[in-house]
Amino acid sequence: MKYTQKDIEKSNRIITRRGIVLGGAMMGFMGILGLRMRQMQVEEAEDYRLLAEENRINMRLLPPARGVIFDRNGIPVADNSQNYRIIIVKEDAGDVDDVVARLKSLIPLDEDDLERAMREINRRSPFVPVTLADRLTWDEFSTVAVNAPALPGITPDVGLSRHYPMLEDFAHVIGYVGPVSDYDLSKIADPDPLLQIPRFQIGKVGVETKLEEDLRGKAGTRRIEVNAAGRVMRELGRIEGTPGTDIQLTIDAALQNFAQVRMADESAAAVVMDVHNGDLIAMGSAPAFDPNMFVRGISGPDYRKLTENEYRPLANKTVQGTYPPGSTFKMITALAALEAGVIGPDDTVYCPGHTTLGGRRFHCWKRGGHGYVDLDKSLVQSCDVYYYDIAARCGIDKIAEVAKRFGLGTRHDIPMSAVAEGLIPSTQWKQVVRGEVWRPGDTLNASIGQGYVLASPLQLAVMTARIASGKAVSPRLVKSVSGTADPVPTMAELGTNENHLRWIRRAMFRVSNSERGTARRSRIVTEGMEIAGKTGTSQVRNITAEERARGVTRNADLPWNRRDHALFVAFAPFDKPKYAISVVVEHGGGGSAAAAPVARDIMLQALYGGLPPLEAYPAGQREAIGELHDTWPLRDMPKPGPARSRA
Amino acid sequence: MSYLEYQVKSVPTGFRKILYANWALVALLTAVASIGFLMLYSVAGGTLSRWAEPQMIRFGMGLTAMFIVAMVPIWFWRNVSGLAYAASLVLLVFVEFFGVTGMGAQRWIDLGFMRLQPSEVMKITLVMFLAAYYDWLDIKKVSHPFWVAIPLVLILIPTALVLNQPDLGTAILLVAGGGIVMFLAGVSWWYFGAVIAGGVGLVTAVFTSRGQPWQLLKDYQYRRIDTFLDPASDPLGAGYHITQSKIALGSGGFSGRGFMQGTQSRLNFLPEKHTDFIFTTLAEEFGFIGGFSLLVLYALIILFCIMSAIQNSDRFASLMTLGIAATFFLFFAVNMSMVMGLAPVVGVPLPLVSYGGSAMLVLMAAFGLVQSAHIHRPRAK
Repeated sequence: MKYTQKDIEKSNRIITRRGIVLGGAMMGFMGILGLRMRQMQVEEAEDYRLLAEENRINMRLLPPARGVIFDRNGIPVADNSQNYRIIIVKEDAGDVDDVVARLKSLIPLDEDDLERAMREINRRSPFVPVTLADRLTWDEFSTVAVNAPALPGITPDVGLSRHYPMLEDFAHVIGYVGPVSDYDLSKIADPDPLLQIPRFQIGKVGVETKLEEDLRGKAGTRRIEVNAAGRVMRELGRIEGTPGTDIQLTIDAALQNFAQVRMADESAAAVVMDVHNGDLIAMGSAPAFDPNMFVRGISGPDYRKLTENEYRPLANKTVQGTYPPGSTFKMITALAALEAGVIGPDDTVYCPGHTTLGGRRFHCWKRGGHGYVDLDKSLVQSCDVYYYDIAARCGIDKIAEVAKRFGLGTRHDIPMSAVAEGLIPSTQWKQVVRGEVWRPGDTLNASIGQGYVLASPLQLAVMTARIASGKAVSPRLVKSVSGTADPVPTMAELGTNENHLRWIRRAMFRVSNSERGTARRSRIVTEGMEIAGKTGTSQVRNITAEERARGVTRNADLPWNRRDHALFVAFAPFDKPKYAISVVVEHGGGGSAAAAPVARDIMLQALYGGLPPLEAYPAGQREAIGELHDTWPLRDMPKPGPARSRA
Repeated sequence: MSYLEYQVKSVPTGFRKILYANWALVALLTAVASIGFLMLYSVAGGTLSRWAEPQMIRFGMGLTAMFIVAMVPIWFWRNVSGLAYAASLVLLVFVEFFGVTGMGAQRWIDLGFMRLQPSEVMKITLVMFLAAYYDWLDIKKVSHPFWVAIPLVLILIPTALVLNQPDLGTAILLVAGGGIVMFLAGVSWWYFGAVIAGGVGLVTAVFTSRGQPWQLLKDYQYRRIDTFLDPASDPLGAGYHITQSKIALGSGGFSGRGFMQGTQSRLNFLPEKHTDFIFTTLAEEFGFIGGFSLLVLYALIILFCIMSAIQNSDRFASLMTLGIAATFFLFFAVNMSMVMGLAPVVGVPLPLVSYGGSAMLVLMAAFGLVQSAHIHRPRAK
C-alpha cells in the first residue's frame, strides 16, 4: 500500500502532536512524583526519621541485683545466688527433640518444666531463647557446659535469684520474695517498669516487702537494635542499674537460729530485745518454713501442708500472734496501783483462794489461798486475789494508761508484716467498740491479764525492756541501711517512779531466784547474770463452777488447742539489765514449766554469745541440759563479713 | 513514507551502524542499571554474589541483546511483530497450564539459564504489534469503530490471560501501554473520553451502590477494595508493606543515611527490598538527592525516546518508540507511586533497578528496538 504525501504528513503531525501531549503528561506525572518525594523526604523527614527509630530501637530493662540482708554481725541472711540455667535457641538447635533427648541423658530434667518449655519453644519465634531448666547444681551445670559442643542451640546461663541461706530461721522476719503477680500489680498505682519483667521477684512478706523500695534497686537499660522480626541485632548502649540497698538487721543470726531450734517442737514465739536501744536480737516463731520454697514457687501439696498444720507455721507469732498475757500482766497492774497510791509495797491483802464481787466468785490459781500477801509475795507466788483487790481499787483506766505507757496495746513500728496492735481494754473502749458498760468484774479479769487483754510477744518484750531500763525503749529491726547506721533515738524517760520499778524488778528477781519463786527452776546461777522474770499461764477456755467443784482438769488431759498458753517474760542480768525476753508457748501449759526454760536457755545463749557453760544452770539440771546441748542441731554460722553478694 | 521508499544508501550499513546508535540512551540505561547494582549490593548487606552480580551479568546480556536487536533493520522487526505477538500469546497460554508460580503471582518458564516470564515479553510485543497494525492501517480508518475494535481485542486477550495468573500490575501495564499506542496513532479523543467516562461511571456506581438495596458487589469484596485503596486501615496486614516503605523513604531525608546505612532495609522492616521496594532503599540511603536523581535519569530516557520518535518520519518506528517509552514510564511511575503511598500495592518492579531477569532482558531488548528505529530512520536525501 502506498501512502500519499498528504497522509504521511498528517500521520507525522498526529504522532508529533500526541507524542508531545503524552510526553507532557509523563513529565507532569514525574513532577508529581518529585514533589511527593520532596514532601516526604524534606518536609516530613523528621517524622519519618522518628518512626524509623521507633521501629528499630528497643529498650530492655536490666534487673538490678536485690539488696542483701545481713544480720547484726554481717552474716548474709538473704542474698542473691547464682541461678544456673539451661537455655535453648530453637533455630540453633535444629532438631530440638534430639538435642533435648541428649540433654536428658546428661542431667535430670523435670518433666513438667520440660513440657512447659517445649510449648514455649513452639509458640515463640525460633530465635527467642527459652529456659529449659533452672536451678541446676554446679555439677549439672558444668556437665552441660563441658558437653556444649554436642548440644547445638544449648547455652548454659547464669542469672540471679533470691536465696535464704538460713533457711527457716528467718522465714518470719525477712519473709520471702516471689514473682510479681497480677494481684501485686493491681495494688500499685504507678508500677515500676521493672515489675513488668516476667518472673521478676518482689518481696511478698516481712522485711522483703516492707523495705521493698530500698531492696529493689533501680533498673538499668539496654538499648538494642532489633530487626523486623524482633531479633536482637546489636547492643547500642547500656546503662547499668543501681543494685538494691543492703540492709543490716538488728537480729543476731546465731541467736535466731538457737531460738528456732530451741522451740522447734512447739508452736511458740520468742522475742529478745536490747533493753537500752531496742534492738531486736532474735524474733523466733516456731514452727517455721523454708522461704526458698516460695522463691522457687511452692508446690500445691507443700503449701497445703503448711496451711493445714494446726501449729500454723506460716504465721509470724512474734508480732501477729496476740495472747492474753496472763500473770505477766501483773507488773502493769501493780505499777498502776502504786502510781495511783492505792497500795504501798508493804501493804498486804488477804487471799483466801478467791474473792467475791457482785455475787460472782473470782478464784486464785491456788485453791487454798496465799494468806496475807504483799507486793513482793504477790509477784513471786503470782497471787491472783491480790491483783483483784488492788485493781478494783485503782480502776481499769489507770491500768490501761500504764499498760500503754509500757508498750502494750500499741502497734510498734517495725518493718514486718501484720504487726498486731494487741488490746488493752478501758471503759471507753468497751463503750465504743462493744457498746457495753464496763463492769467491775471486767477489771478483775484484766488485772491478771485475762479477759479482754491481748498482747503480742513483741509487746511483752517491749514491756519487760521498759520495766528493766525505765526508759521508753522502742523496738528496732534495722541496724543500718547501705552501711549507714540507723540512728538510735535517745530513749525518753518513762515517767514512772523509779522506786516503783525497783520494787517490781526486785520481785521479778525473786520470781526466778527465791525459794518459792514460780520460775525458780529456770534460774541462771552464774554470778552477775541472774535472770529476773515473771511467769504467765493464760486460759483459753472458761472454767465452770462445776468443773472447779470437782477439780480443774489438768492441762495434759485436755486436747492441745484447749490447753493454757504458757508465757514468760524476763530480763537479765538483774543488776545490769542488757536483754529483755518474752516467750509464748501456745497451749504449752504452765508458764513456769513450758515457757520459762525456753526463755532462760535463749537468754543464756544471748548473754554468752553462744552455748553457755553448764555451770550457768542450777546444779541439778546440768547433766540433762548437757545432753540436750549435743542434740540441738545448731547451724554453723558463716564468717561474718561485709562482702557484697556476688552480683 | 514507507520503508520501500528508503534511500537505502542513506541508512548506515554494516558495523558502521553502531556509530549511529543513540549513545546517550545507552549511557543513561547504564547509569540507571548501575544504581541498581549499587542498591542490590547494599540490600544484600554488602555482598556482591547475592543479587548484584547476577544482575550485572544480566545487564551485560541485556546490552548484548540490545545491540543485536539494534543491528537488525527496523523493517525486519516490523515484519515479524505479528509473529512475536502470536508467540508471546502462545507462551502465555502455555504457562497457564505448565508454568510455575512463585514469588508473587507471575508465572514463568524455566529456560535453564533464566526464568522467562511471558507476561514481560508480552508488554513489548503488544506495543510492537499495535505499532505495526497502525503502520499498516489506512490513516483515515484509524477511528473507524471496526478498526478500533481490532486493537482492543489484541490488548484484551493477553490482559485477560495475565489477570487470570493473577498479575494485576502487568494487566494494568498492558492496558495502559496498548491504549497509549492507540492514542498516539490518532484514535479519536472521543473513544478515550468515552472509556474514561464509562470507567468513572462504573466506579461511581459500584461505590454509591454500597449499602443500597441494589448493591453491586458483595460486602467482602468492598472490604477488599477498602484495604486495597487504603492500606493504612490494616497496618499489620496489607498496610504493613506500605507503612514501612514510607517510613524508609521519609527517614532518608534530604541527603540520606549514607550508603549501606539504611536501617529499614538492613533490619528487614522492608518487604521485597531487592525487588519491588528497592526504590525505598535508594531513597533511605541516598535521600531526596538519590531518589530525585534516579527520577531525572528516567525522565531523560523518556525524553530521548520522544525526541527520537518525533524526528523519525517512519510511522511504525515512531509509534513503537513512543509505546516502549510509555511502557517504561508506566513501570517506574506505578512502582514509585506505590512505594510513596500514592497508589495501592501492585506488583510492578522498578525498571532496570529491581532484581529480576526477565524484565531486565525484555526491557533491554525493547531499547534495542528503539535503537534500531533510531539507526535505521529515514534520512533526507
